[in-house]
Amino acid sequence: MSIARLTRREFLRHGLGASGGLLLGIRLGAAPAAGDSAGAAPFTPDAFVRIGADDSVTVIVKHIEFGQGTFTGLPTLVAEELGCAWSQVRAKGAPADPSRYANLNWGGSQGTGGSSSMNNAYTQMRRAGATARAMLVAAAARAWQVKPGDITVADGIVRHTASGRAARFGELAALAAHEPVPKNVTLKDPSEFVFIGHDLPRLDIPAKADGSAVYTQDLRLPGMLTALVAHPPRFGARVASIDDGPARALPGVKAVVELPSGVAVVARDFWTAKKAREALVVEWDESRAFRQGTEDILADFRARAAQPGLVARRDGDADAALADAAQVLEADYEFPYLAHATMEPMNCIARHDGDACELWYGVQGQSLDLGNLSRALELPPEKITLNMLYAGGSFGRRSNASSDYVVEAARIAAALPGTPVKLVWTREDDMRAGAWRPLNLHRLRAGLDADGGISAWYHRIVGQSILAGLPKPPPADKVDHTCVEGASSLPYAIPNLSVESHQPSLPIPVLWWRSVGHTHTAFSTECFLDELAHAAGRDPLALRRELLVDDPRRLGVLELAAAKAGWGEPLEARRGRGIAVHYAFKTWVAEVAEVSMLDDGDYRVDRVVVAVDCGLVVNPGIVRAQMEGGVGYALSALRGEAVTLVDGLVQEDNFDTYPLLRLSQMPRIEVHLVASQEPPTGVGEPGVPPLAPAVANAIFDACGERVRRLPLRRVARA
Amino acid sequence: MTKLEVNGQEHDVASAPDTPLLWVLRDELGLTGTKYGCGKAVCGACTVLLDGAPTRSCVIPLSALGSRAVTTIEGVDSEVAGAVRQAWIELEVAQCGYCQSGQIVGAIALLRDNPAPNDEDIDNALDGNLCRCATYARIRRAVHRAAELLA
Ligand code: FES
Ligand code: FES
Repeated sequence: MSIARLTRREFLRHGLGASGGLLLGIRLGAAPAAGDSAGAAPFTPDAFVRIGADDSVTVIVKHIEFGQGTFTGLPTLVAEELGCAWSQVRAKGAPADPSRYANLNWGGSQGTGGSSSMNNAYTQMRRAGATARAMLVAAAARAWQVKPGDITVADGIVRHTASGRAARFGELAALAAHEPVPKNVTLKDPSEFVFIGHDLPRLDIPAKADGSAVYTQDLRLPGMLTALVAHPPRFGARVASIDDGPARALPGVKAVVELPSGVAVVARDFWTAKKAREALVVEWDESRAFRQGTEDILADFRARAAQPGLVARRDGDADAALADAAQVLEADYEFPYLAHATMEPMNCIARHDGDACELWYGVQGQSLDLGNLSRALELPPEKITLNMLYAGGSFGRRSNASSDYVVEAARIAAALPGTPVKLVWTREDDMRAGAWRPLNLHRLRAGLDADGGISAWYHRIVGQSILAGLPKPPPADKVDHTCVEGASSLPYAIPNLSVESHQPSLPIPVLWWRSVGHTHTAFSTECFLDELAHAAGRDPLALRRELLVDDPRRLGVLELAAAKAGWGEPLEARRGRGIAVHYAFKTWVAEVAEVSMLDDGDYRVDRVVVAVDCGLVVNPGIVRAQMEGGVGYALSALRGEAVTLVDGLVQEDNFDTYPLLRLSQMPRIEVHLVASQEPPTGVGEPGVPPLAPAVANAIFDACGERVRRLPLRRVARA
Repeated sequence: MTKLEVNGQEHDVASAPDTPLLWVLRDELGLTGTKYGCGKAVCGACTVLLDGAPTRSCVIPLSALGSRAVTTIEGVDSEVAGAVRQAWIELEVAQCGYCQSGQIVGAIALLRDNPAPNDEDIDNALDGNLCRCATYARIRRAVHRAAELLA
């Protein structure tokens, strides 16, 4: 039995049992620290593969690992083509170097996001593995005086069967390094895959089961100090004056540094810094501070929704069709600001040496951070070194348009040359900083003709532009696609269709949040379609089927989820079922939710059936995990999450006021994967968008109440 | 100096008496497996065992510990701990992993007192341990699997 045929459990039994090699592979699997030297590996055919004298195969992973599986998925591709055993493989984060580690879906820019890691690197990583393999084969052929075509590579052994010769990678590594790098390599036919498509054990798991995985919060450099920053209470406020006497008087306090973003207190450890921050007396200049509340913003957004916006899509004549409609339906949907609320609050370690700066943190947006750091520190990017560590979640937060906390850490370090400084944001700092999913108001209007057909669809979206916060923002009179994605691409065959965008500018930083615009567009479109189905007396699934023309993959997941969920089967009283389907980041996901209404307006999501088409499935276990996580993340937001402002002050800054989903609220989840040979696409985000509309539609089914304002903590009619 | 027993070892620690145990462990003793998530006992990332009882280390000051023995993720080495870890690895529970020390310490305490917990027991024991990656379905399965391994 070859290793690739083992189930995960068998893998582990072998790995933790007699086979020392596999044990080593599992134990030492993932080293998060960056660097491309991987010790002094004798064979470094390209930017991605390092083969050591000890047979180790270190894959340099250009995408950060924060739970979505890049440190396993990308090495899987290399290992597949290389012909090593999985036990040989280690993963190491790549340094910031866009010339070698760019995201191929993003031009020359380096970073992780848009669920693009597997999609952009699929061929690149396979080629890297195939290249290294070809060079090992060439080296063996030369040494053994045989034809390369007669040599096979499997399980980490290079073999010439006729002569009985065999060698381990480590034995050939030094020789292979002298072989020319081949220009063209042949990749395996998918029928030959032994790793791709199988549940290889994740390399980062063991260190995350014994507390030894190193996150930014855990790294300690010699002589390192800890910094906390007093931030202004309102967006747009500035430091007016500081009395740092009482803070400096505390033992262990090393420095107080004024920054554009606040006042930093630097001390020997976290608790000292925290007490010193409390002792700091800062007066804020609030003459330009933002003092509105959420209700003010919503009122303004509603007023804007009455006016035409930037045109994102126009098919036919929606106005005329609405005027002629037999029945017109209208609904407003409201979506709050949402915090990413990663379990590890933002933090960053920096050391500034006068003419260079080195940083250690969960680097997600290398190119963005390099640009922002370079401008803030007035250093060329070559003088800035970024070391990628494990991150305790991101969901978009660390791919950071303004590099807020990263630049803050670097500025503090610049004031203390030579001393490494760890900036720690408390949970409260993290939640109050903005960078939220933008608050949104959607206005939808649709016309039904006399036969119940949808003749017109009008959709106006009011929400801040995320791209406007980038260092080089697009022009303000252009539609930001992240505001309308999923709405402007409405898949349903409706002859007259209009989608417009208002992108009001506010001094509140906003950012992409796990599936970005789809977080709200999937909700409003899939809920509104459900409303139309009921108004027309149609089954919501049947209506979707009818309106999806030439859309086989969307229909595929829809039918699969519906069939597995038992769509149409009767449910008990006060229970309901809802469906939604959405396409995001090149992946199709349909979800069917079953809910029960409980006493006091509470509700429970009992079961969620997920069908996903993400092309070729590289690691089924990771795809399932990401769907489960996406469902939980979306349900958390639906059930309870909202950041609100009153008089410009953030009201929710910790988990007592910003409730996250709990274990007891997690539904039963079944994930069904569509078998496909199409190129692999993203799974980190696409599980999120269909969940909330599926649940909202199920709640309507259960009790007749429409959900139009999120979060939904209680159901009035239940 | 305050005397403190952590993972079976005596320490004289220099942190100020009002320092929460979490920061003594992390910043003074270098035991970084125990995580900071909220600082006000509402997430469970900082869970340790105090004389065997799961406790939020972010809100208990050094001065309040007395002679109670502290066990952290680095120090759990019972048969129950072995089974929990094995189940966590088999089922690949962790995603980002940041909450998992707290989850695992909580699960160990549960299984030590209740070798065959049902879903409700698991909810009661671990509902205060938040996981932003929502690995809850696997946490539940892994607790059952660990119970199976111990049976
Ligand atoms: S850090 Fe202690 S409970 Fe959250
Ligand atoms: S695994 Fe990420 S917070 Fe639990």
